[in-house]
Amino acid sequence: MRDPIATATLRIMDQNDSTESAGTTLSHEDIVKVARLSRLKLDEEALEAARTDLSAILGHVARIREVDVEDVAPMPRPLDTVNRLAEDEPGPTLDRSVVLDLAPVTEGDFIAVPKVLGEGGA
Amino acid sequence: MTDPCNIDRRDDLTHRIDAMRRGETTATDRLEASLTAIDRRNDELNAYHETLEDTARAVASEIDGRIARGEEARPLAGAILAVKDNICTTEGRTTCSSRMLENYRSPFDATVIRRLRDAGAILVGKTNLDEFAMGSGSEHCAWGPVRNPWATDRVPGGSSGGSAAAVAADLCDAALGSDTGGSIRQPAALCGVVGLKPTYGRISRYGLVAFGSSLDQIGPICRSVRDASLLYSVMAGVDPHDATTAELEVESWNESMRPAPDQLRIGIPREQRNAEHHPGVSEMFERAIDRLEAAGTSIVELDLPLTDQGISTYYVIAPAEASSNLGRYDGIRYGHRAKPMPGEGLEELYARTRTEGFGPEVRRRIMLGTYVLSAGYYDAYYKRALQVRRLIREEYDRAFEQCDLLLGPTTPGPAFRIGAERDPVSEYLNDVYTVNANIAGIPALSIPAGSTEVDGVGLPIGVHLQAPPFAESRLFGAGSTIESILAD
Repeated sequence: MRDPIATATLRIMDQNDSTESAGTTLSHEDIVKVARLSRLKLDEEALEAARTDLSAILGHVARIREVDVEDVAPMPRPLDTVNRLAEDEPGPTLDRSVVLDLAPVTEGDFIAVPKVLGEGGA
Repeated sequence: MTDPCNIDRRDDLTHRIDAMRRGETTATDRLEASLTAIDRRNDELNAYHETLEDTARAVASEIDGRIARGEEARPLAGAILAVKDNICTTEGRTTCSSRMLENYRSPFDATVIRRLRDAGAILVGKTNLDEFAMGSGSEHCAWGPVRNPWATDRVPGGSSGGSAAAVAADLCDAALGSDTGGSIRQPAALCGVVGLKPTYGRISRYGLVAFGSSLDQIGPICRSVRDASLLYSVMAGVDPHDATTAELEVESWNESMRPAPDQLRIGIPREQRNAEHHPGVSEMFERAIDRLEAAGTSIVELDLPLTDQGISTYYVIAPAEASSNLGRYDGIRYGHRAKPMPGEGLEELYARTRTEGFGPEVRRRIMLGTYVLSAGYYDAYYKRALQVRRLIREEYDRAFEQCDLLLGPTTPGPAFRIGAERDPVSEYLNDVYTVNANIAGIPALSIPAGSTEVDGVGLPIGVHLQAPPFAESRLFGAGSTIESILAD
């Protein structure tokens, strides 16, 4: 059953929609690449579902292309705050054993990971 | 007629703290009542992941002793607070409703937690949320959805749905949420309680698990506006652990500073007044405007043409930042790690760990963010979204030249059914009126505005008040005035 409240929400956005959203359809190749860059291992079914969802979301997102942004400087933070540097003084830190206890696999005082050398570099 | 979704705002945290000071009740008795209520209702509501009863009992007993000796003057002494489970606490786990952090125990307290403890608060439990705060219904949870106390077949909103449900069901005095695109205000509206998203930089995020770092803020979910002001005053202010906190003095506010209705100049965006909402939302919003006008408030209609660009802008910026922030979950230093496979390398382990650890909505947003930041698409999506962001900010600046505050509906509709079939875009559109405050960094408050009957059940509706950066006092003043106008 489609939820009537959710559908009503959708109509609000569409009523002022003068231009059809520019088509943004991801290819199978695109989604395979995005999954790899995201460090996710998806099967074919999950890849196809992701391709459909992302295409629909990007189709909606594409309306930002309708806005005239010529000569507008990008705003990475909402307020024009100035970066603040801390004094370079040592402060309290967590005990090593506390941090090591969080790691899934440890060997002695080290966090253990699979062998990284000899893979030919990913 | 009494509103069916009305909670008694006079019996709020502020009132309860006074009652303990006067010796009419004790922190221990109130805590036991809360724990009993949680025990009775949580199986159904799923609002809490866990309670922190051992420490809570010890703290309550200590506070009762201090009150009895006349030594207790701290502003939150005996306040029973719930904490969204993406805020780090040294007691209990901090799971973010994710299998990735199922067994994660934080070795430190978030700055807000430390400040609340120092002010005498009792932390009663950790509340359920959409995984990593990504969602608008508290359905994307690793251990089942949260249910709305007013209609348990419906969502409480999200992502701070557990916190909002806990406050609405009186399973705590107040709760903490986090708000990246509406995650405090939307569930507050859908549960009939008050929710505040402070100005970006006003409250430290140290110890808040990062989602969208240029958008995230911690804020309170409460029974009244004055409660929101009380919690805000304890939490706000500069923190050396969060370089984005502003070095501006936190103004104090109290109810005696509440403006008369005829001192208010409220802007109503035409785009929000004329949009096709759920009829109950339009009705309650118009009722609010009528009552304000009748009380002498000056109502200014104005235009915010970029209102409907907010969701598009947000769904570039927030996933981009999330894909970067969630890169840290690789199964090496903490959190879930996939079982090793023979001959497997590190890259393969990362991918299997992340695929097992993250739920579908989180994976979707990581991929979306990765896509918009990838070579060839960066300018078309991310850079452009940051340019639209500046225009949205400038649009607010112009609006606030014509009025002191903006008023609109918090959400386009009341709570939707759990499990109803929705595509991602229609779920995202629940935040159409709330995201722009995050994009522009301004403070915003959702206040209960009445309820609407859907399928024979009353569902709460909220109105949304927005103010210029660092004008939280203005928000509390007008919010408190509007709260009493709407409640009478």
